[in-house]
Amino acid sequence: MSIPTREQMLAAAVSRHGEANQRAISSASVAICGLGGIGSNVAVALARAGVGRLVLADFDRVDVTNLQRQQYKATQTGMLKTQALKENLLEIAPYIQIVTHNIRLTDDNVRTVIADSQIVCEAFDDAQCKAMLAEAVLAGYTDKYLVACSGMAGFGSPNAIKTRRISGRFYLCGDGISEVGEGLGLVSSRVMLCAAHQAHTILRIITGQTDV
Amino acid sequence: MVKVNGKPEDAAGRTLAQYLEEKSFDFKRVAAELNGDIVPKAQYDTTVLRDGDELEVVSFVGGG
Repeated sequence: MSIPTREQMLAAAVSRHGEANQRAISSASVAICGLGGIGSNVAVALARAGVGRLVLADFDRVDVTNLQRQQYKATQTGMLKTQALKENLLEIAPYIQIVTHNIRLTDDNVRTVIADSQIVCEAFDDAQCKAMLAEAVLAGYTDKYLVACSGMAGFGSPNAIKTRRISGRFYLCGDGISEVGEGLGLVSSRVMLCAAHQAHTILRIITGQTDV
Repeated sequence: MVKVNGKPEDAAGRTLAQYLEEKSFDFKRVAAELNGDIVPKAQYDTTVLRDGDELEVVSFVGGG
Protein backbone atom coordinates (compact mmCIF):
# COMPACT_ATOMS: atom_id res chain seq x y z
CA MET A 1 0.00 0.00 0.00
CA SER A 2 1.51 3.29 -1.02
CA ILE A 3 0.57 6.74 0.16
CA PRO A 4 0.71 10.01 -1.79
CA THR A 5 3.95 11.97 -1.59
CA ARG A 6 4.23 15.22 0.33
CA GLU A 7 4.33 17.08 -3.00
CA GLN A 8 1.19 15.38 -4.28
CA MET A 9 -0.75 16.20 -1.12
CA LEU A 10 0.44 19.81 -1.15
CA ALA A 11 -0.52 20.19 -4.83
CA ALA A 12 -4.01 18.85 -4.11
CA ALA A 13 -4.43 21.34 -1.26
CA VAL A 14 -3.08 24.25 -3.33
CA SER A 15 -5.51 23.48 -6.15
CA ARG A 16 -8.44 23.83 -3.72
CA HIS A 17 -7.30 26.57 -1.35
CA GLY A 18 -5.10 28.70 -3.61
CA GLU A 19 -1.35 29.06 -3.34
CA ALA A 20 -1.16 32.03 -0.95
CA ASN A 21 -3.78 30.58 1.38
CA GLN A 22 -2.09 27.18 1.43
CA ARG A 23 1.30 28.71 2.13
CA ALA A 24 -0.19 30.36 5.23
CA ILE A 25 -2.04 27.18 6.26
CA SER A 26 1.02 24.96 5.79
CA SER A 27 3.20 27.18 7.94
CA ALA A 28 0.62 27.64 10.73
CA SER A 29 0.76 26.14 14.20
CA VAL A 30 -2.45 25.67 16.18
CA ALA A 31 -2.69 24.52 19.82
CA ILE A 32 -5.77 22.42 20.60
CA CYS A 33 -6.55 22.32 24.32
CA GLY A 34 -8.81 19.37 25.10
CA LEU A 35 -9.23 16.40 22.76
CA GLY A 36 -12.87 15.44 23.24
CA GLY A 37 -15.72 15.91 20.81
CA ILE A 38 -14.64 19.42 19.89
CA GLY A 39 -10.87 19.08 19.95
CA SER A 40 -10.67 15.79 18.05
CA ASN A 41 -13.01 17.04 15.32
CA VAL A 42 -11.21 20.39 15.01
CA ALA A 43 -7.91 18.50 14.73
CA VAL A 44 -9.20 16.30 11.90
CA ALA A 45 -10.52 19.30 9.95
CA LEU A 46 -7.28 21.24 10.34
CA ALA A 47 -5.11 18.24 9.46
CA ARG A 48 -7.15 17.67 6.29
CA ALA A 49 -6.81 21.33 5.37
CA GLY A 50 -3.04 20.95 5.57
CA VAL A 51 -2.21 22.89 8.73
CA GLY A 52 1.52 22.36 9.18
CA ARG A 53 1.72 21.83 12.91
CA LEU A 54 -0.75 20.87 15.60
CA VAL A 55 -0.11 20.92 19.33
CA LEU A 56 -2.46 18.47 21.09
CA ALA A 57 -3.09 18.60 24.84
CA ASP A 58 -5.26 16.32 26.99
CA PHE A 59 -4.75 14.15 30.10
CA ASP A 60 -7.47 11.62 29.36
CA ARG A 61 -7.74 8.17 27.83
CA VAL A 62 -10.22 7.01 25.18
CA ASP A 63 -13.32 5.61 26.86
CA VAL A 64 -16.30 3.74 25.44
CA THR A 65 -18.49 6.77 26.23
CA ASN A 66 -16.37 8.92 23.88
CA LEU A 67 -16.92 6.85 20.76
CA GLN A 68 -20.36 8.21 19.81
CA ARG A 69 -18.93 11.65 19.01
CA GLN A 70 -15.16 11.81 19.24
CA GLN A 71 -12.70 10.97 16.47
CA TYR A 72 -11.41 7.73 18.00
CA LYS A 73 -11.96 4.12 17.08
CA ALA A 74 -13.29 1.30 19.24
CA THR A 75 -9.91 -0.39 18.87
CA GLN A 76 -8.29 2.62 20.60
CA THR A 77 -10.29 2.31 23.82
CA GLY A 78 -7.92 2.74 26.77
CA MET A 79 -5.24 4.61 24.80
CA LEU A 80 -4.12 8.11 25.73
CA LYS A 81 -6.15 10.54 23.65
CA THR A 82 -2.99 12.38 22.60
CA GLN A 83 -1.49 9.18 21.21
CA ALA A 84 -4.71 7.87 19.64
CA LEU A 85 -5.45 11.16 17.90
CA LYS A 86 -1.87 11.54 16.71
CA GLU A 87 -2.12 8.06 15.18
CA ASN A 88 -5.39 8.92 13.43
CA LEU A 89 -4.17 12.28 12.17
CA LEU A 90 -1.00 10.76 10.73
CA GLU A 91 -3.12 8.28 8.77
CA ILE A 92 -5.04 11.22 7.29
CA ALA A 93 -2.16 13.66 6.87
CA PRO A 94 1.15 11.78 7.06
CA TYR A 95 3.37 14.87 6.70
CA ILE A 96 1.83 16.96 9.47
CA GLN A 97 3.97 17.86 12.49
CA ILE A 98 2.30 16.89 15.77
CA VAL A 99 3.38 17.77 19.29
CA THR A 100 1.56 16.08 22.17
CA HIS A 101 1.22 17.10 25.81
CA ASN A 102 -0.30 14.42 27.98
CA ILE A 103 -1.16 16.71 30.88
CA ARG A 104 -4.12 18.26 32.65
CA LEU A 105 -3.87 21.91 31.66
CA THR A 106 -3.86 24.42 34.48
CA ASP A 107 -3.05 28.08 34.86
CA ASP A 108 0.47 27.03 35.86
CA ASN A 109 1.41 24.89 32.85
CA VAL A 110 -0.75 26.16 29.97
CA ARG A 111 1.85 28.62 28.69
CA THR A 112 4.32 25.87 27.83
CA VAL A 113 1.67 24.24 25.63
CA ILE A 114 0.49 27.32 23.74
CA ALA A 115 3.79 29.24 23.54
CA ASP A 116 4.64 28.30 19.93
CA SER A 117 1.16 28.62 18.40
CA GLN A 118 -0.39 31.79 17.05
CA ILE A 119 -3.89 30.40 17.47
CA VAL A 120 -5.32 28.52 20.46
CA CYS A 121 -8.43 26.36 20.15
CA GLU A 122 -10.30 26.05 23.44
CA ALA A 123 -11.96 22.63 23.43
CA PHE A 124 -12.38 21.80 27.10
CA ASP A 125 -15.47 20.20 28.58
CA ASP A 126 -15.34 22.12 31.86
CA ALA A 127 -16.63 25.72 31.99
CA GLN A 128 -14.06 26.87 34.55
CA CYS A 129 -11.22 25.51 32.41
CA LYS A 130 -12.63 27.44 29.44
CA ALA A 131 -12.54 30.69 31.44
CA MET A 132 -9.02 29.90 32.71
CA LEU A 133 -7.73 29.44 29.16
CA ALA A 134 -9.45 32.62 27.93
CA GLU A 135 -7.61 34.63 30.56
CA ALA A 136 -4.29 32.86 29.92
CA VAL A 137 -4.40 33.54 26.16
CA LEU A 138 -5.93 37.00 26.10
CA ALA A 139 -4.27 38.52 29.18
CA GLY A 140 -1.01 36.62 28.87
CA TYR A 141 -0.26 37.52 25.24
CA THR A 142 -0.86 40.43 22.91
CA ASP A 143 -0.72 38.54 19.62
CA LYS A 144 -2.44 35.18 20.10
CA TYR A 145 -5.97 34.39 18.95
CA LEU A 146 -8.42 32.35 21.01
CA VAL A 147 -11.17 30.37 19.30
CA ALA A 148 -13.38 29.04 22.09
CA CYS A 149 -16.70 27.18 22.38
CA SER A 150 -19.71 27.41 24.65
CA GLY A 151 -23.05 25.63 24.25
CA MET A 152 -23.42 22.75 21.81
CA ALA A 153 -25.17 19.97 23.76
CA GLY A 154 -28.43 18.27 22.85
CA PHE A 155 -30.66 17.95 19.79
CA GLY A 156 -31.32 21.69 19.39
CA SER A 157 -31.40 23.45 16.05
CA PRO A 158 -28.19 23.28 14.05
CA ASN A 159 -28.77 26.91 13.06
CA ALA A 160 -28.42 28.07 16.66
CA ILE A 161 -24.69 27.30 16.51
CA LYS A 162 -22.94 30.54 15.59
CA THR A 163 -19.53 32.18 15.61
CA ARG A 164 -19.18 35.53 17.35
CA ARG A 165 -16.14 37.74 17.53
CA ILE A 166 -16.21 38.97 21.11
CA SER A 167 -13.25 41.28 20.47
CA GLY A 168 -10.14 41.52 18.31
CA ARG A 169 -8.53 38.20 19.28
CA PHE A 170 -11.43 36.37 20.92
CA TYR A 171 -13.90 34.26 18.92
CA LEU A 172 -16.68 32.21 20.49
CA CYS A 173 -18.60 29.41 18.76
CA GLY A 174 -21.74 27.61 19.93
CA ASP A 175 -25.27 28.56 20.94
CA GLY A 176 -24.03 30.00 24.25
CA ILE A 177 -26.61 28.22 26.41
CA SER A 178 -26.90 24.45 25.80
CA GLU A 179 -24.93 23.07 28.72
CA VAL A 180 -24.18 19.42 29.26
CA GLY A 181 -26.15 18.12 32.20
CA GLU A 182 -28.99 16.00 33.41
CA GLY A 183 -30.94 14.91 30.35
CA LEU A 184 -28.82 16.93 27.91
CA GLY A 185 -25.91 15.04 26.41
CA LEU A 186 -23.53 15.78 23.59
CA VAL A 187 -24.71 14.62 20.16
CA SER A 188 -22.10 13.89 17.51
CA SER A 189 -23.58 15.99 14.71
CA ARG A 190 -24.12 19.13 16.81
CA VAL A 191 -20.67 18.83 18.38
CA MET A 192 -19.23 18.50 14.88
CA LEU A 193 -21.12 21.64 13.81
CA CYS A 194 -19.52 23.61 16.60
CA ALA A 195 -16.11 22.08 15.89
CA ALA A 196 -16.53 22.97 12.22
CA HIS A 197 -17.28 26.58 13.19
CA GLN A 198 -14.09 26.67 15.22
CA ALA A 199 -11.93 24.94 12.60
CA HIS A 200 -13.25 27.20 9.85
CA THR A 201 -12.71 30.31 11.96
CA ILE A 202 -9.14 29.17 12.61
CA LEU A 203 -8.52 28.70 8.88
CA ARG A 204 -10.00 32.13 8.18
CA ILE A 205 -7.70 33.74 10.76
CA ILE A 206 -4.71 31.91 9.28
CA THR A 207 -5.58 33.18 5.81
CA GLY A 208 -6.06 36.75 6.99
CA GLN A 209 -9.86 36.84 7.08
CA THR A 210 -10.37 37.95 10.65
CA ASP A 211 -13.95 39.19 10.32
CA VAL A 212 -16.90 36.91 11.07
CA MET B 1 -24.34 54.24 31.19
CA VAL B 2 -22.19 51.17 30.59
CA LYS B 3 -22.85 49.08 27.51
CA VAL B 4 -22.94 45.44 28.68
CA ASN B 5 -23.09 42.87 25.89
CA GLY B 6 -24.46 45.60 23.64
CA LYS B 7 -27.19 46.82 26.02
CA PRO B 8 -27.01 50.01 28.12
CA GLU B 9 -26.94 49.33 31.86
CA ASP B 10 -26.80 51.62 34.85
CA ALA B 11 -23.55 50.13 36.15
CA ALA B 12 -21.15 53.07 36.22
CA GLY B 13 -19.35 53.52 39.54
CA ARG B 14 -19.53 49.88 40.53
CA THR B 15 -16.53 47.59 40.45
CA LEU B 16 -16.62 44.75 37.95
CA ALA B 17 -16.84 42.33 40.89
CA GLN B 18 -19.88 44.16 42.31
CA TYR B 19 -21.62 44.22 38.94
CA LEU B 20 -21.03 40.52 38.22
CA GLU B 21 -22.15 39.56 41.70
CA GLU B 22 -25.32 41.63 41.35
CA LYS B 23 -26.11 39.80 38.12
CA SER B 24 -25.39 36.42 39.77
CA PHE B 25 -22.54 35.47 37.47
CA ASP B 26 -20.27 32.64 38.59
CA PHE B 27 -16.86 34.38 38.46
CA LYS B 28 -15.02 31.14 37.79
CA ARG B 29 -16.90 30.56 34.52
CA VAL B 30 -16.66 34.11 33.26
CA ALA B 31 -14.41 35.90 30.80
CA ALA B 32 -14.91 39.66 30.92
CA GLU B 33 -13.61 42.17 28.42
CA LEU B 34 -13.66 45.87 29.15
CA ASN B 35 -13.27 48.12 26.10
CA GLY B 36 -11.76 45.22 24.16
CA ASP B 37 -9.25 44.09 26.79
CA ILE B 38 -9.66 41.03 28.96
CA VAL B 39 -9.80 41.79 32.67
CA PRO B 40 -7.85 39.22 34.72
CA LYS B 41 -9.94 37.82 37.59
CA ALA B 42 -7.44 39.20 40.11
CA GLN B 43 -8.46 42.71 38.96
CA TYR B 44 -12.26 42.32 39.19
CA ASP B 45 -12.25 43.95 42.64
CA THR B 46 -10.26 46.98 41.58
CA THR B 47 -11.72 47.58 38.10
CA VAL B 48 -14.30 50.37 38.29
CA LEU B 49 -16.88 50.65 35.50
CA ARG B 50 -17.20 54.15 34.04
CA ASP B 51 -19.67 56.01 31.89
CA GLY B 52 -19.21 55.06 28.25
CA ASP B 53 -17.40 51.79 28.98
CA GLU B 54 -18.19 48.77 26.86
CA LEU B 55 -18.23 45.50 28.78
CA GLU B 56 -18.52 42.03 27.25
CA VAL B 57 -19.27 39.22 29.67
CA VAL B 58 -18.99 35.66 28.42
CA SER B 59 -20.30 33.06 30.83
CA PHE B 60 -19.11 29.68 29.60
CA VAL B 61 -21.33 26.60 29.81
CA GLY B 62 -19.89 23.09 30.03
CA GLY B 63 -19.49 20.71 27.11
CA GLY B 64 -16.87 20.16 24.50
